[in-house]
Amino acid sequence: MASLRGAVPDSTSSTAQPRVLEISWRRRIADYVATGFAVLTVVLVLAPLVAIFGYLVYKGVGSINWAFLTKTPMPPGEVGGGMANAVAGSVLILAIASLLGVPLGIGAGIYLAEYGRNRFGDSIRFVSDVLNGVPSIVIGIVAYAIVVLRQKHFSALAGGVALAIMMVPTITRTTEEMLLLVPNVLREAAYGLGVPRWRTTLSIVLRTATSGIITGIMLAFARVAGETAPLLFTAFGNQYWNWRLDQPTAALPLQIFTYAISPYDDWHRQAWAGALVLIILIVSSVAAVRYVVRRGTLGGTA
Amino acid sequence: MGVGIQVENLNAWYGKSQALHDINLKVEANHATALIGPSGCGKSTFIRCLNRMHETSPEASVKGKVKIGDLDAYNGTSPTQLRRRIGMVFQKANPFPTMSIYDNVAAGLKLNGYNSKKHLDDIVERSLQSSALWEEVKDSVHKKSGASLSGGQQQRLCIARALAVEPEVLLMDEPCSALDPISTGKIEELIFQLKEQYTIVIVTHNMQQAARVAEFTGFFLLGRMIEYDKTEKIFTNPSDKRTEDYITGRFG
Amino acid sequence: MRTRFQQGLDELRQKLLRMGGLAEQAVDRACQAYIDRDLNRCQMVLEGETQINVSEREIDELAFDLLAMQQPMAVDLRFILAVTKINADLERVGDQAVNIAERVIDMVSLPAVELPVDIARMSAAVSAMVRRSLESFIEAKAELAQAVLEMDNVVDRMRDEAFIMLVKAMNDRPEVTRQALDALLVARNLERVADHATNIAEDVIFWVRGADVRHNVPQEENGPQPVQRAATETR
Repeated sequence: MASLRGAVPDSTSSTAQPRVLEISWRRRIADYVATGFAVLTVVLVLAPLVAIFGYLVYKGVGSINWAFLTKTPMPPGEVGGGMANAVAGSVLILAIASLLGVPLGIGAGIYLAEYGRNRFGDSIRFVSDVLNGVPSIVIGIVAYAIVVLRQKHFSALAGGVALAIMMVPTITRTTEEMLLLVPNVLREAAYGLGVPRWRTTLSIVLRTATSGIITGIMLAFARVAGETAPLLFTAFGNQYWNWRLDQPTAALPLQIFTYAISPYDDWHRQAWAGALVLIILIVSSVAAVRYVVRRGTLGGTA
Repeated sequence: MGVGIQVENLNAWYGKSQALHDINLKVEANHATALIGPSGCGKSTFIRCLNRMHETSPEASVKGKVKIGDLDAYNGTSPTQLRRRIGMVFQKANPFPTMSIYDNVAAGLKLNGYNSKKHLDDIVERSLQSSALWEEVKDSVHKKSGASLSGGQQQRLCIARALAVEPEVLLMDEPCSALDPISTGKIEELIFQLKEQYTIVIVTHNMQQAARVAEFTGFFLLGRMIEYDKTEKIFTNPSDKRTEDYITGRFG
Repeated sequence: MRTRFQQGLDELRQKLLRMGGLAEQAVDRACQAYIDRDLNRCQMVLEGETQINVSEREIDELAFDLLAMQQPMAVDLRFILAVTKINADLERVGDQAVNIAERVIDMVSLPAVELPVDIARMSAAVSAMVRRSLESFIEAKAELAQAVLEMDNVVDRMRDEAFIMLVKAMNDRPEVTRQALDALLVARNLERVADHATNIAEDVIFWVRGADVRHNVPQEENGPQPVQRAATETR
């Protein structure tokens, strides 16, 4: 009886090798070597990070006390005092920078991703990349020219502007890439429902890319939080509390710099503490944002 | 109720390359029409011209006339207005991943500014029932995300989402090609019931599916419509040799 | 494309032709046995019956397999359906040949008599019909099949004539009644074979004409259009 069910090759082939997969010893060694190499490189990369952090903790933890966190600096040469105003000043300046830089960066990213697949968009990308590479001190000078000279004094605003300029390229880049990662089928689904393009971009595409964009913002934030050079002639530093936008303001990196190059031992001690506090603040703010974002996303695959 | 679709001399291009040549077609209201043909023959391009989605592709252009009921698709209305009267279901189910099931179904309404909660509740429930998904998800419409359902459920969710805006026409671009036979069967059952209220145009690679669900079938080849007739005729005794060669598997 | 399917179709065709050959041979043998009063030939016909039955089962199984596994459409589907119907007709032709052979066995046990009926001529016509219907299948030519349909009328008239003449003979010469009855039954069997050949021709037309490229398929001319009905019923 003819059967059309495909001819099953019977197992009488002449090359009857045992079917257990044998890995030669040579390949096993190569595998171990490669794995070892990979682990080694990870260790080499992490080691400086761990070392720095460890050293900071070692040198600084002793000096972090209530006084340090609540008092303003003493006059030079005297022992005691703290960096409370620098912490507050950093918070103020970073808030200004974020308020200026984040919307601008996200807006530019949206434009480039959704509407900028053309020569004009390419030139914007180019400018953004160049801006990213400009030395931070040059950006400080620019902020000096456009804000400080205008206002005729140093200010937190100027510092915020300088840091904002530094945040924008990173945020733009990341936003654009995250938006491009959103599968086009989602846009099509929205168009198919009769949703206009701008609404689709905001409510669907942006929402889908949210966690990636937030990561980008955090990256930019962490980077500028520790910048010193741009604040040198914009915020300038201040020994006292200042909450006004148009007055010189203290900032942690500035204070650390000033103390570190000073001849006073007590200030050196406080500089270590300041550095440790700065790192802790950056890490915890990033972690806090990530936690909040994760809580916000729905159960199930997002 | 569904409306008929009249297509006259439709031509479509992607940049310089012409994808559709002089398509003339009349889709019957409240019936299912299947479009079959080998890969790249233009059937997907064709239905995307019906709801002006073709225009969203870069450098795409269209010439010709498409009438959805009494409405001239290219001259009488904006694309967004048109698309609110035509629902579309895609090859790969694409629920919005950041939204719950409820929000997904309501998306077409909410994103167009419609916000009355009680009304939305009703519409969501009705749409999910129409797409035979209500029983399976009624307890978790707000809690589960659209993307956490199985493939077949996701596709039914997309159908519910399309139905929620109460279109007159439903376009389906290979809706079952990524699904297992049981899910496919459920959706085919669904199409059968939906025919009474909507006009359905379904693009499919699977000829047996076309034979099962559609009253009319059109055969596309290289951007032209070769034959359009009742499904029985196409599959038992087609008039054109090219149609016969395709459906008997002698090519394509 | 679809080589396995094509091979299946070819095999089906070959098998059907072989069966056609067996059926044709059985009829020819049975008729020759009548004319020559040859018991050996009768025996051959009776023995050949098994092979025809086995062949019928094989063809049906193969056709069923192709339908289930290959989802044939249009012309292929019509072909397979036509084959199954022709298959059934050929098997009945075989049965009729056996009936004729049994009549001959009975007749040979009786003395030979002159009868006013030309079985030889009738059997020639019927054999020709069977052969031509199978030819129309081989050639896939509807015109050949059409010719077979026309020959059926001739054979019907022959049978009616035989009936009248033999009844008259039985009235005039009651002593030849048994032989006359045998002859009458043989004539009837031959006429049934002709009917089957006609069915085969109709099936061929159904298969072939559907492949015609003209838009207007002649409505309900020959044979039913059961395939279309089946398609609607599954919905």
